[in-house]
Amino acid sequence: MKLDAKIPSGPLESKWTRYLSEIKLVNPANKRKYEIIVVGSGLGGAAAAATLGELGYHVKCFCYQDSPRRAHSIAAQGGINAAKNYQNDGDSVYRLFYDTIKGGDFRAREANVYRLAEVSAEIIDQCTAQGVPFAREYGGHLANRSFGGAQVSRTFYARGQTGQQLLLGAYSALCRQIQAGTVTMFPRTEMLDLVVVEGHAKGIVVRDMVTGEISSHSADAVVLATGGYSNVYDLSTNARGCNVTAAFRAYKRGAAFANPCYTQIHPTCIPVSGEYQSKLTLMSESLRNDGRVWVPKEKGDSRSPQEIPEEDRDYFLERKYPSYGNLAPRDISSRSAKEVCDEGRGVGPGGLGVYLDFSDAINRLGLDTIRERYGNLFEMYERITGEDAYHTPMRIYPALHYTMGGLWVDYNLMSNLPGLHVIGEANFSDHGANRLGASALMQGLADGYFILPYTIGAYLADCKGKRPPTDHPDFRAVEKEVEERTRKLLSINGKRSTQSIHRELGKLMWEKAGMARNADGLREAVSRIPGIREEFWQNVQVPGEGGEINQELEKAGRLADFLEFGELLCRDALDRNESCGGHFREEFQTKEGEALRNDEEYSYVSAWEFQGENQEPVLHKEPIVYDEVKMATRSYK
Amino acid sequence: MDLKLRVWRQKDRNSSGKLVEYDARDIDPEMSFLEMLDVVNERLIDSGDEPIAFDHDCREGICGACSATINGIPHGPHRATTVCQLHMRHFQDGDTLTIEPFRARAFPVIRDLMVDRTAFDRIVEAGGYISVGTGSAPEANTLPIPKDQAERAMDAASCIGCGACVAACKNASAMLFVAAKSSHLNTLPQGKPEKERRVLSMVAAMDEAGFGNCTNQYECSAVCPKSISEDFIGQLNREYFVASIKQQFTTK
Amino acid sequence: MGFAETVGLRNLGSLESGKMYCGVAVIVFSLSNFMEKTTARLFRSSLGKKYVMAVSGVILLLFVIGHLIGNLQIFAHPDVINAYAHFLQNLGPGLWAVRLILLATVVAHIWSAVELTIENRRARPDSYEVKDTIQASYASRTMRISGFIVLAFILFHLAHFTLQVVNPEYQDLYTELADGTVVHDVHTMMVAGFQNVWISLFYIVAIGLLSVHLRHGIASMLQSLGWRNRKIAGPLEKVSIGLSILYFAGNAAIPLAIMAGFVS
Repeated sequence: MKLDAKIPSGPLESKWTRYLSEIKLVNPANKRKYEIIVVGSGLGGAAAAATLGELGYHVKCFCYQDSPRRAHSIAAQGGINAAKNYQNDGDSVYRLFYDTIKGGDFRAREANVYRLAEVSAEIIDQCTAQGVPFAREYGGHLANRSFGGAQVSRTFYARGQTGQQLLLGAYSALCRQIQAGTVTMFPRTEMLDLVVVEGHAKGIVVRDMVTGEISSHSADAVVLATGGYSNVYDLSTNARGCNVTAAFRAYKRGAAFANPCYTQIHPTCIPVSGEYQSKLTLMSESLRNDGRVWVPKEKGDSRSPQEIPEEDRDYFLERKYPSYGNLAPRDISSRSAKEVCDEGRGVGPGGLGVYLDFSDAINRLGLDTIRERYGNLFEMYERITGEDAYHTPMRIYPALHYTMGGLWVDYNLMSNLPGLHVIGEANFSDHGANRLGASALMQGLADGYFILPYTIGAYLADCKGKRPPTDHPDFRAVEKEVEERTRKLLSINGKRSTQSIHRELGKLMWEKAGMARNADGLREAVSRIPGIREEFWQNVQVPGEGGEINQELEKAGRLADFLEFGELLCRDALDRNESCGGHFREEFQTKEGEALRNDEEYSYVSAWEFQGENQEPVLHKEPIVYDEVKMATRSYK
Repeated sequence: MDLKLRVWRQKDRNSSGKLVEYDARDIDPEMSFLEMLDVVNERLIDSGDEPIAFDHDCREGICGACSATINGIPHGPHRATTVCQLHMRHFQDGDTLTIEPFRARAFPVIRDLMVDRTAFDRIVEAGGYISVGTGSAPEANTLPIPKDQAERAMDAASCIGCGACVAACKNASAMLFVAAKSSHLNTLPQGKPEKERRVLSMVAAMDEAGFGNCTNQYECSAVCPKSISEDFIGQLNREYFVASIKQQFTTK
Repeated sequence: MGFAETVGLRNLGSLESGKMYCGVAVIVFSLSNFMEKTTARLFRSSLGKKYVMAVSGVILLLFVIGHLIGNLQIFAHPDVINAYAHFLQNLGPGLWAVRLILLATVVAHIWSAVELTIENRRARPDSYEVKDTIQASYASRTMRISGFIVLAFILFHLAHFTLQVVNPEYQDLYTELADGTVVHDVHTMMVAGFQNVWISLFYIVAIGLLSVHLRHGIASMLQSLGWRNRKIAGPLEKVSIGLSILYFAGNAAIPLAIMAGFVS
């Protein structure tokens, strides 16, 4: 496998602008002749489908939700970064670029990140013109807030619903193109496989989730905008439907999967309350500005928090990190919480939680101030837990939240499989080993609006009229495989529900490949996952039929892929003998518990190539070369 | 806690459905309503039965996928809360809960509690956008927008498109949805050039989809998980009136 | 009932008024033709029908208020209401214009109600097994039934006091005003009419329902025309309740006073 990132030559600042003027264009009259498939309708997918439609291509857009507007981008709360420097605080494209590279723990590709920072400002213009109601100052100009990992204020937001508003903007642009007839939308349609014809990605096989019909769609190029894979852990902040199937199917058809071990944990989520839990809910990290994190000093202290006197409390973040205290970075706070819970000092049901106590802040600032600052979060907390956090401490616990890894792509956002383009969270390119807050929305929209619509021309211009018909034998073969797999899932007729097996996988992944990993644990996971997979294929119960709405069948199909993908994730984590960003290996840390990166040996992108069922995948390495920045230790002191 | 559920079961769009009773035993009050259904479903699967189909996705009250009517109230008894964020502690041990799909001609039931809400997409496609192509936007700060205007637009824009307004309206009217969508854009200066065209075509699409009419009872606003105000319906009424009159006196 | 009396069709047969009727009809026809052409789309849309409902509601509201004020003259000397009725009856073409506009308004109100009801029924073919509401007021949920009963009452009311077919003897009631003009004795007719307990009871019930109808109708028509918002909703609610109560009290006072013998 050849991994050519196709980074344009020239100085970093002018790579993109120069490349833009060199990219091959498709004649406007010819654009009509091209069909492009976009899978996913989140920020990346909707933006790309709309923009490609505007350019004159014929676009088919697919999503598993009942409406493109429901993609999980909608749940992003905080905001979107852009190097506008509206606050006159010294922001610049370079600074945003550098913050992103540094935040990614020096594991992202320089040229891609620089381009991302470059187009960031345009995104804000575009979204504003679409009617996204960003927060404003009294003067009528756009407001900004600050976010972690940056010393400037460059985050644009729309209350706590920025993702929703940006997605509705992209969705409205998409709707306009649907109305214009350039985009055909296929809601409740799930991609189940990729079709590769003569080495090029030329179509997909989908299942209509209402009628159960399995059909093929051919195109000149395929764009995957299918999001991340946090749900391999079963419990995450992702929507229940988020899955790795599209990306993993592409991997099995020859696309390289890059850095699957880079996963991000968010420290302030509402903890699990029981076995039945289906979803973890994130609360803004800003809560840590005024809340103090603690657990009882003694194991198994069952007193209610108010009854535990000061001297029996362990404010472990303040104790361990006196200078940063409760504001220690995400990964540090998350791991510390895990440590105290592993010691048996966790609070709440199952002992997986720590207190976030506002009583000091309320005494110091008054109830009203706290209510003003965090009222909506306290309300959300109460809705879910039934507890009043003004009077009893909140319970929080870290949760899986975002995945930086994804399909490998070059500078054109095309994978090593010609014709297959991957954008947004589904690709690996921009966040390195860790993503900064408010950068996911930026990347999705940058890819969808301003990068892919140009770079896809580079591929299309060379492949005139090569679209095969859907009755091509390669399509037929894949369709048959998909039908066969569906039939098999329905015929196992075992004893266990899909969810119970997913729970088992999730638990193992969380314990062995969660926020802290070690070689032994990962080896154990790699050896145990095939057993769970076996159990699944022998003993899962998928009731109902294929030719109707069958949510269990959908879940089972997705889990089947997670069961293979989980193993790949663990293998990648095992290979990476260093701690960087979201990947923390217990063996590689400083005495203070800081991540210990190994730039000498591991400054490469791990790109995994599928070798066949039950074969070990092969690791390819794309070296990370920095022309502009110098690798440094990420310090929070 | 133990509950008695009466759940609407319907095989597909063309079948007729009926309420089927289930016992939901040992339900943890900490569960969300959908988690309770998950548990009931796992038990159904274990006993070889088909689970209850229901729409859901984000489970944090923002995607708008979940939809069920509980004892006659869309999204259940807790105000400003989607059914995915409704927790079982709001019910009593021994309660009987009748769980039905959202009902409207424009939202045909496709299975059990799942309905087809693509009519909403048709309405947005008809005019719920600002016609600005990618790349043609001016610098964002060239057009200052008064804060209160932006806030008002945001109030309307927070609609999650779940359809509870339609489900709660005795006439299955989509006015709150259409009003929220059109008012969001019409309130902002960017949306003004297409304001009239927008309301005319969105209302036409709404009528065509077979929704009923608003009788100003504001049940929609009361069940709305985002508490969107019926004031936007007033705004739509006003804007549509002006647009219709203007349309008569404008040559195309 | 002074005003209703004048709007009645008792002198329909006279040649003069027949001509007037034709004239007004032509005007109405060409007006509606114009409306049809220019605003066809508007009135075919759901919102258009709501405007018809609201605008006709406003007109009918103004009418019933005027009507009530006219009727309250029953508490003055009999000559006052008789002179008032006489004045109205002799408005000539104006009277016919008013009658036709009112008729058209009632037709429009009912037409839009029927159209909207049909559409609304169609919009929910399968109803809920369990129904509940959070905040819809009693008045708003009974608009259809209150409207129906009020309509039935109006028909009876016209037959009773305007066409005077229920009690034909009312046609022979005449009295002389202070200036010597001989006029129809509306005062006596009303007193006679309301001495019948059943009629009074029906009247009071119908007025009660109409008040309930107005209680939702007043705020509702403003909403339909886009003139209501949450800021004024509170005061508006109070105004519509107050107005409905006053309307009920004013109307109910008449038969009650007659039955109690205060007016004779």
